[in-house]
Amino acid sequence: MADATLQHDAVQHGLPGAYEAPLFGAYSKKVGMWLFLASDSLTFGALLFAFSYNRIYTAWPTPFHVQSIINSTIMTGCLLSSSLTMVMGVFAAQRGDRTWTRYWLLATMGFGTAFIVLHGMEWSKLIGEGLTLPIFPKPAHAAVGEMVDISKNTPQFPATFFGLTAMHMLHVTIGVIYLGVIAFRKSFLPVLGVLWIAGYFLIPSDNVFHYGIHVLGLGLIVATIIMFLKPKDYDAQDVEVSGLYWHFVDLVWMFIFPLVYLLSTKIN
Amino acid sequence: MHDAATHDDSKGQYFWVWGALLALTAVEVVLGYKQVFEPVHMLEVLLMLSIVKSALIIGYFMHLKFEKALMRWLLVISVTACFVIMYFFFFPDAGRILRLGVQ
Repeated sequence: MADATLQHDAVQHGLPGAYEAPLFGAYSKKVGMWLFLASDSLTFGALLFAFSYNRIYTAWPTPFHVQSIINSTIMTGCLLSSSLTMVMGVFAAQRGDRTWTRYWLLATMGFGTAFIVLHGMEWSKLIGEGLTLPIFPKPAHAAVGEMVDISKNTPQFPATFFGLTAMHMLHVTIGVIYLGVIAFRKSFLPVLGVLWIAGYFLIPSDNVFHYGIHVLGLGLIVATIIMFLKPKDYDAQDVEVSGLYWHFVDLVWMFIFPLVYLLSTKIN
Repeated sequence: MHDAATHDDSKGQYFWVWGALLALTAVEVVLGYKQVFEPVHMLEVLLMLSIVKSALIIGYFMHLKFEKALMRWLLVISVTACFVIMYFFFFPDAGRILRLGVQ
């Protein structure tokens, strides 16, 4: 298909044979995204190896009770379902059905947002119980118990847990913004701005997400610059490339979920 | 870009893949919940299941299965090689710490 497109362009320019056939048989945006994902997989790979390394040589705590496992399983279901809706969105875009492309992308964003909210609630619960890092804001009420002991005696646990899951949550948030821009273009920018401002004022100042919400602000600035410097109507190729990014986010969670949660269960 | 008609004809396979991914997740949760294996074996089993799940996601959802063989193999081999290098860099050291203890 990509070959045919390039040959068609060459004929249109009156230069048959002027363009070499693409090495990978795919358009450049897709190859670029694959290369980015390959490099990003090494970032996550290093974090997962660091987590596993610490887990092997440290007396590793197993603090996740049934509630955490149920929560993280629902989060996994959200991400897997979002991948299916993303595939449907790509199909709709390839058919040229703009309405259904938007609906499917909106559904994908909904699942992604549900994942972020559930993960945020999980983080807030753990921090409230005393699993924290020195850089996090101090909670209003000092916690006592198992999580406080873990933070004190095995600081590698909160460091690797929050480091790994924060990196993933950041990727999911960027993914939701990316899909929003692809689906709604400039109309998405005010929505993003309202979510950012509302989040900043509604989330209490002793909650780590009071500061984390500024990721939306950064996303708003970057998206605004891109939309105004290169305004365009995103086509099926853009939807497919954004889908590659989204599936990658899902893929990474398939390793984080068993390594971080299931191997640290305290069920019995 | 893929041929839309080809994909539309085989939409059902994506629902099967989604179902398989949910089923594998359920297996992982049951294994973790029941703590069927010792931690090291559990790590191996869960990692194997994760690799199967990631292969399904990369192959079907990310459409790598339908790309040119050159792109497919170049990406898979290069990323896998990096992970193998990381493995040999990190884990012998972690094992050494286990055997000798932290001084």
